[in-house]
Amino acid sequence: METLAVFFGQTQIAVAFLIGMGALGTALGFGILGGRFLESVARQPELLNTQRVNMFIVAGLLDAFTAIATAIAILLLYANPLVSQIRGG
Amino acid sequence: MAAADTPITANEYISHHLVNLQVGSGFWTLHLDTLIVSGLVGCAVFGLMYHVGRRATAGVPGKLQAFIEIVVGMVDRQVKDTFHAKSELVTPLAITVFIWIFCMNALDLIPVDFIPKLLELFGVKYFKAVPTTDPNATFAMSLSVFALIIAFNLKFKGAGGFLHELFTAPFHAENKLLQIALAPVNCVLRVIEEIARPVSLALRLFGNLFAGEVVFILIVLLAGAWSGPTLGSAASFLGHVVLSLAWAIFHILIITLQAFVFMMLTIIYLTLASESH
Repeated sequence: METLAVFFGQTQIAVAFLIGMGALGTALGFGILGGRFLESVARQPELLNTQRVNMFIVAGLLDAFTAIATAIAILLLYANPLVSQIRGG
Repeated sequence: MAAADTPITANEYISHHLVNLQVGSGFWTLHLDTLIVSGLVGCAVFGLMYHVGRRATAGVPGKLQAFIEIVVGMVDRQVKDTFHAKSELVTPLAITVFIWIFCMNALDLIPVDFIPKLLELFGVKYFKAVPTTDPNATFAMSLSVFALIIAFNLKFKGAGGFLHELFTAPFHAENKLLQIALAPVNCVLRVIEEIARPVSLALRLFGNLFAGEVVFILIVLLAGAWSGPTLGSAASFLGHVVLSLAWAIFHILIITLQAFVFMMLTIIYLTLASESH
């Protein structure tokens, strides 16, 4: 039982890091991306449409790592595959 | 939840929503819900497009025909801007990928309990309605794209050209001895690069949609905290309504964006495969 409690505590910390660090990275990335987008459009307004499409493509790529990290974190939190091993052993 | 003898806990509720409707065991476990829903969605939307396409007029188009023309035209423009080699496969593939993934993702906007509870009346215990929240579906699509990348490489460069590129790019050398020394490094780098593509393609779509789905489930739990006509219950129910609405509106962006990104990356990978370095 104590092993399980320790395990759950550590899982919570891992989940917090997975979601928090991912969010931090995406926030910084989105800030830089949006800033550069505005800069480039201010410099060359005729590129607005192509730049917007490109920005969204990069935004989709940027989003991915956080989303994957969040998905793994949620999996660890609610459907952890290691719990059964601890319970069994 | 009213039908259950004992109220289930939040954890059980979430775990219940993460289980697919399965048949078989081991390697041959089939996720029936993913297969059926993705098949039905594909048949419905492409049947509709086929129907409209056959009755298309050159005169004033109806609203549906105009809408489909806008979407097809948008995808076609993206393909023409990126893919320069001659192929009759890429545009239909891009349209299929975009519209199919978009429609499967859009199922996420149906309230999380609606379809499972409806099917529970007919004795179906587990049901995950959104096929793209199942990694099997996304990996199936990305591995198909991977097979196409290999096929395009062989078609446009030939087996010899493909093998030559495998061992000489990205590091080039004039010297014969240096070329031989660099060959294994190039090969390893290329293999890693090629394998990373389908994995990242599949995990990106799955991760985004799965995380979105779980956030919906977590928001629904707020409404599940109802404990009688108290101020706290009312507040949490109101919070659930507002948060669900806000997340659903934001999720429309993610749904479209992920379908678009999957399509763009498919086109870009096929372009890279059809052009020699």
